[in-house]
Amino acid sequence: MYKSFSDHLLDWAGRILLTLILGFLVLPFIVVFIASFNESAILSFPPQSWSTRWYVNAFEYRDFGNGLRNSLRVAAFGAGIALVAGAGFAYVFNRYDFAFKNTLNGILLSPLIIPNFTIGLGVLVLTAAASMPRNVWTVVAVHVIIVLPFVVRSVYVSLQNLERAYEQAAESLGGRPLHVLLTITLPLLLPGLVAGAIFAAILSFNEFTASLYVVSQRTETLPVAMYNYVREYADPTLAAMSVLYVAAVAALLLLVHKIFRLEKVLNVD
Amino acid sequence: MLIDTAQASAQQTADAPAVRVEGVSKSFAGSVALEPISMRIERGEFLTLLGPSGCGKTTLLNLIAGFLEADQGELYIHDKPVTRVPPYQREIGIVFQNYALFPHMSVARNVGYGLRTRGVPKAEAERRVREALALVKLEDFADRRPRQLSGGQQQRVALARALVIRPRVLLLDEPFSALDRNLRAAMQVELREIQTSLGLTTVFVTHDQGEALSMSDRIAVMSRATIRQIGTPSEIYDHPQNHFVASFVGDANMFRATLLEAEGSDARLKLGETEARITSFQTDLPAPGPVTLFVRPEHCHLAEPGTPGTIPATVALSVYQGSHTELHVDCPLAEGGRAMLRVPSRTSVAPGEPLAIGLAESGAAVFGAED
Ligand SMILES: Nc1ncnc2c1ncn2[C@@H]1O[C@H](COP(=O)(O)OP(=O)(O)OP(=O)(O)O)[C@@H](O)[C@H]1O
Ligand SMILES: [Mg+2]
Repeated sequence: MYKSFSDHLLDWAGRILLTLILGFLVLPFIVVFIASFNESAILSFPPQSWSTRWYVNAFEYRDFGNGLRNSLRVAAFGAGIALVAGAGFAYVFNRYDFAFKNTLNGILLSPLIIPNFTIGLGVLVLTAAASMPRNVWTVVAVHVIIVLPFVVRSVYVSLQNLERAYEQAAESLGGRPLHVLLTITLPLLLPGLVAGAIFAAILSFNEFTASLYVVSQRTETLPVAMYNYVREYADPTLAAMSVLYVAAVAALLLLVHKIFRLEKVLNVD
Repeated sequence: MLIDTAQASAQQTADAPAVRVEGVSKSFAGSVALEPISMRIERGEFLTLLGPSGCGKTTLLNLIAGFLEADQGELYIHDKPVTRVPPYQREIGIVFQNYALFPHMSVARNVGYGLRTRGVPKAEAERRVREALALVKLEDFADRRPRQLSGGQQQRVALARALVIRPRVLLLDEPFSALDRNLRAAMQVELREIQTSLGLTTVFVTHDQGEALSMSDRIAVMSRATIRQIGTPSEIYDHPQNHFVASFVGDANMFRATLLEAEGSDARLKLGETEARITSFQTDLPAPGPVTLFVRPEHCHLAEPGTPGTIPATVALSVYQGSHTELHVDCPLAEGGRAMLRVPSRTSVAPGEPLAIGLAESGAAVFGAED
């Protein structure tokens, strides 16, 4: 197709602009990535000499190992509980009409408006007032509150896109409601459910603000452990940690992407 | 004595209609989707619900299937009340417009779904799935996924899946509307053959009048949430009972007229400047006054302009159809200002030429204003 000079100009201007924006977005990561290989114990930029010793340090530092274990546990339980509860809520919201539906919906979505530190503070005050122990389940509870709205949304949208005819066909063929739910509804919702769960796990894994209020030395999550580290040391270990962190989350996101392709395999797109 | 009674009641059940609808109605949030409707669907009958979009066809079908709960009225299947029976106990087969095949199951598992819910033993289930697939000529496709099939093939799988449970009634909601013309014609014939060979009571929804006329034992013509007429295709086409049915099914010429006097089925009408006498197929005619005169194009003929008892018009367009030519004429007396008649192809008429429409002695009807 014929393109005029001004078309070409626009084309190039567009590409340059896009590159600049993308560059701006990943610039902090690039800086951190480079800094993580700095030999010197002071976080200076650009580095004078190179080393991978901070990666070794990151792996050997005990609080990080402990934090990772806690974070993984909290993310798994938090996302799991949020998935079951969220899917149930979404199903009820999609299929039934009842009084105070809007109010309940508002309450469910309120964590989107209420900042994370408020949620953390609230749970802290509550557990203190009720003199309840603060253990790993407290952290899980806070994370469930934070990720639940996202799971409800994600499953609700999947449900809305699911045509009723599938379930009606199954019912007319003699399928009782529970049987239809297990053999038709859930399999057709599966990609949405798995994507929602992984999304929730990533949110939980990244959560810092609310966790800060409710963790103890024993239950601190990885982001909190990193925060505590940086208060004591100023070496590039944290830069190395950041790189590892991004790599792990990116791997998870790739998994999500795989699942979206799985959707095509199941023919429910 | 006891035996007599038992026999009589068995007799009664055998004669009972497949479906009996008694005063069933449905509203959604205050807007009426279905006025109270009563009708019978006989066993083995192919009944079509025909009507424009939004007239309540799907609503009626969903009420029979049990996906909707009637606001009032009672529904019987094989003479048993089912108004409060859930869909999974109604033994009804359904084919949806978009097929609704389960995408995560093979063709064979789709067809076998209704047998698994019934706990049919595996060997028997496999045999029945094979038979059902053979019935729709898809034996070789058992292991495919639905998305690997063409639209027509998916439609057949949907049919096989509904038939395999030996339903008491088969419901089809515009099943062929997504298919192209040739395939649709083929599927119409195939469905009708299968339906007749199984003696299956069938309720078929369409808004295609040609499809309704060619396939049905009886047609229920619906508009605005109610059934306007129910009868055999020829009753519906030849003897429509109201203005809506007359104009919705087939080509119709409608003329504004004044009914001067009526005696039995004979009517004297004032048509513009002239007067005409017709013999209606109706048994009772509306009261004298303003009416609509209904005549199919095949009951109209070309007449000399000015002949008494004919309707003046001018040719607007002539459309050659091979066996005949359709003359579309401008006619001040006709509703919408247009009428149509079919003339032999060798008749030569030029646009703008004045002519007159003559009426055959029978085949006409007059509808009062409220029809
Ligand atoms: N679930 C519903 N909620 C609210 N209104 C509805 C619902 N289902 C149907 N209606 C309304 O009821 C009326 C009849 O709908 P129905 O689906 O029965 O029409 P139809 O004859 O099947 O039309 P079409 O040929 O377009 O499928 C319509 O006015 C429709 O808007
Ligand atoms: Mg419909």
